[in-house]
Amino acid sequence: MAEFHLPANSIVKKGRDFPAPSTATNTRRFEIYRYDPDSGENPRIDSYELDMDSCGPMVLDAILKIKNEIDSTLTFRRSCREGVCGSCSMNINGRNTLACTREIAEYKGNIRIFPLPHMKVVKDLITDMTNFYAQYASIEPWLKSESPPPSGEHERLQSKEDRKKLDGLYECILCACCSTACPSYWWNSDRYLGPAALLQAYRWLVDSRDEALGDRLDALEDPFKLYRCHTIMNCTKTCPKGLNPAKAIAETKKLLMSRR
Amino acid sequence: MSFKSPLAHARGLGSAKEGVAHWWMQRLTALALLPLVSWVVYGLLQCGSADHRIIKIWITNPFNSIALICLMLALSYHSSLGVQVIAEDYVRRQWLRRLIIVTVYFLKVLIAVTSIFAILKISFGVNL
Repeated sequence: MAEFHLPANSIVKKGRDFPAPSTATNTRRFEIYRYDPDSGENPRIDSYELDMDSCGPMVLDAILKIKNEIDSTLTFRRSCREGVCGSCSMNINGRNTLACTREIAEYKGNIRIFPLPHMKVVKDLITDMTNFYAQYASIEPWLKSESPPPSGEHERLQSKEDRKKLDGLYECILCACCSTACPSYWWNSDRYLGPAALLQAYRWLVDSRDEALGDRLDALEDPFKLYRCHTIMNCTKTCPKGLNPAKAIAETKKLLMSRR
Repeated sequence: MSFKSPLAHARGLGSAKEGVAHWWMQRLTALALLPLVSWVVYGLLQCGSADHRIIKIWITNPFNSIALICLMLALSYHSSLGVQVIAEDYVRRQWLRRLIIVTVYFLKVLIAVTSIFAILKISFGVNL
């Protein structure tokens, strides 16, 4: 049956406490998951009290402040700090999101930060994304066309209406918030592609310039790769870019139906 | 230990090229169950606290017999599809997953055949 028992090192313990400087009047507490597999120790929750008068407004600013001023061992991914790279995806107060686009003021009380759920933790907030990226590669996310490119000076043309079909799809930054929020992905990520890869697959299914629609549908028609989606909709609820992977998956299922 | 590349792992055995039929039949049987369950529940409520004989007479009515047979077909089919999905979702051990799915399929046929046999026996039976 499903294995509900946890590995020995998954019990999370209480960690260190870093109080704010005594001069600080406006403070917030951040409780952050820490895990270093090399240490052989269990994961722990470290608690950092920050002086908000000298901290930027976003959750990522707070994490950076901790790294820069309090505890340089805190490990996380970040890059663009404006929600287009998808690096700083993490679980903040129970919801997968991007630390850089979430205001600290949105949250009440202590802010609890964990790595993306049900992923192997490399260190602290960094998870192993190998399988996630490989699944993305497996849907062959590039234009496939046998017709030669138009001669002359223009590219493969697309009408405005056809281009519009890609809106709400091309914006996906592969942060993995949706896939790691999906219970089906938790239980079967070895075979289920997950909402992110399926939204990206749909982006190529509806591209008017692509000529491999049938092959792409063939590759998706599988009880595990696609049909593990049971329309739970956690993906759509959590997407920090406001996209709708659940709808993309439903549309894919409709396409598969319409060729029967 | 395996040196299989992540892409090879993600591709796995490739697509089974099925799943649409399962998905469609789940919805189709669910749709069929809506009126069928309502009809049978309504019918049995009408019988109220009637005795065994009255219930038998209710089943003998051709409309009720046919509705009951359709109900049992749709119900056994729908529930076996559902249990299969649950097994595929939650059962990690392949042999156990297979065993559950095979058992459920046999049970589906057994339940459908047994209940249809019972309904027909009452319908065409002489001992009212």
